[in-house]
Amino acid sequence: MCLGIPGRVTDTPEGELRMAQVAFGGIAKRVCLAYVPEADVGDYVIVHAGFAISRVDPAEAERVFSYLREIEQESDPGRGRSA
Amino acid sequence: MKYVDEYRDADAARRYVEAIRRITTRSWTLMEVCGGQTHSIVRFGIDQLLPADITLLHGPGCPVCVTAPEYIDRAVALASRPEVIFCSFGDMLRVPGSRDDLAGVKAEGGDVRVVYSPMDALALARASPDRQVVFFAVGFETTAPATAMAAFQARREGRANFSLLVSHVLVPSALQALLASPLCRVNGFLAAGHVCTIMGTSEYEPLARRHGVPVVVTGFEPIDILQGIHMCIAQLENGRAEVENQYARSVHRGGNEPAARMLREVFEVVDRQWRGIGPIAKSGLALRAEFADYDAERKFDLPKVVATELSECMSGLVLQGLRKPLECPAFGSRCTPETPLGPTMVSSEGACAAYYRYRRTDHVT
Repeated sequence: MCLGIPGRVTDTPEGELRMAQVAFGGIAKRVCLAYVPEADVGDYVIVHAGFAISRVDPAEAERVFSYLREIEQESDPGRGRSA
Repeated sequence: MKYVDEYRDADAARRYVEAIRRITTRSWTLMEVCGGQTHSIVRFGIDQLLPADITLLHGPGCPVCVTAPEYIDRAVALASRPEVIFCSFGDMLRVPGSRDDLAGVKAEGGDVRVVYSPMDALALARASPDRQVVFFAVGFETTAPATAMAAFQARREGRANFSLLVSHVLVPSALQALLASPLCRVNGFLAAGHVCTIMGTSEYEPLARRHGVPVVVTGFEPIDILQGIHMCIAQLENGRAEVENQYARSVHRGGNEPAARMLREVFEVVDRQWRGIGPIAKSGLALRAEFADYDAERKFDLPKVVATELSECMSGLVLQGLRKPLECPAFGSRCTPETPLGPTMVSSEGACAAYYRYRRTDHVT
């Protein structure tokens, strides 16, 4: 039930409910972006029950992997692992 | 799919498991709160990859599983009325009430429809002015803003033939109740990433402080869960008990302000009965008085049913992390997804359903 899927906003949100097409791989759905007013075409949003609940922050998305590199560096400073 | 596939990368998973192994010096018990996280763990075998000192307990974050049977009985009563189109998320259809379930009502001719969003139910009300449309509003804080918008729009339009049967539940009070139990063995939590996307993370700070447990707000893909576990173990190994955010690509400390504002406008906090667990204070949402016309419980004269629980189902113990599905004598035999005895086998987020789908053969000895 708390399943939220990331999708890409493919047209300009319109109307008071900020309805927009969001693409999930090959599937497109009409989604309400009223709760993510900053989201626009090209952004990725997390969608649950027909509503965008957040905009995916690309920098934070990458942090998951830079964190991994950091903890590996900490445990083995001599490790020459590149990005 | 972007923002999905990269968080299922096998090499990154292996490296995270190694990193966890390196920092773990003693036994720790963690609980992942959300059913979606449980599914990911069981499906991708994360619990089997971790060092043996780390135990993962499955938490109560499956809204379908914790919906009180009285609400199923009310749903069945409403769906049985000829004038009603009863709309629900698909998962709720096979959850057993005292005597029947929504699928049974549908099979007997009741107009029960599966919808993806409460807004679909509202659209149905607009399209069917001669019918009463009722939406079964189940779910945690993640789903409540969607229901709130439907209620808000309905009232704006004066949509007299639309109402909601509300059984929303809140996470923080449930975790508080688990921690207050003398049976609780949880050292740290992986909190629900989408609930926190709406509500933010600050609600968990008093919990972490009062009980000395780290709370790491975590996503749902395998790499998210592994990073969340690493962050939680790192805190435990260093004697820290703070709220941290692994799922920062979606979660901010302050949450989603417009969504939380709509929640507060439409709903008020109430005490709620959790299936298999019992009553938990301040753990549910109900429609405010201004929305009484859209509250199916107030609008329809529903029979007062005292729900009876099937004694063989141990879903309550599973939801509190006190038993694993494989320990249930009915698992895989009398209880299967085709013939479920309780909600944890019915729900796509239920622990029993996850084990049945991905681990069934472990039970065969």
